[in-house]
Amino acid sequence: MNVDLIFKVAGIGILISVLSLVLKQAGKEEQGQMITLVGLIIVLIMVIQLISQLFTIVKSVFGFF
Amino acid sequence: MDIVQIVAFGLIGTILVVLLKQQRPELALQLSIILGVVIFGVIIGKIAAVVDLLKELANKANLNVMYLGTIFKIIGIAYIAEFGAQVCRDAGEGAIAAKLEFAGKVLIMVLAIPIIIMIVETISKMLS
Repeated sequence: MNVDLIFKVAGIGILISVLSLVLKQAGKEEQGQMITLVGLIIVLIMVIQLISQLFTIVKSVFGFF
Repeated sequence: MDIVQIVAFGLIGTILVVLLKQQRPELALQLSIILGVVIFGVIIGKIAAVVDLLKELANKANLNVMYLGTIFKIIGIAYIAEFGAQVCRDAGEGAIAAKLEFAGKVLIMVLAIPIIIMIVETISKMLS
């Protein structure tokens, strides 16, 4: 029950939304977009790893060969 | 890991998802996917125990293993298709969810064909 993963992703999300707001005030809109993309990709990598674990587990339990 | 901890975990996660939804809806969606996978990861141990028990019972009753294997495969396909369809529906993409369910149904139908053929043969043998 890795609870920390949930808080990690929530933390990244909050950090990114704050960072992009700050960058918007500082007038650097495009950096804000970059930061959003970077955060999205990091979380996407985590999600993909987790989903592949899920599918291998389901395959092993339900006997997909 | 009893139900109380799982429910608490789900509620906390849902609060975080709602928090993230205003600024970053895409991250909120990914967080809800992670929540679903983690909760399923907790339950899979129990499911595996039930599946093994059923297999043992089937062996004792010397049923043909093919039938039970197909049933478990169908359950697995149904679960994965349902998981994907629910996630897509949460994100508001009803059309994609419907397509995933359609694909799941077709795959299950394909898996069920050998059993249907077996039934038809046994019936025709009985009648003739």
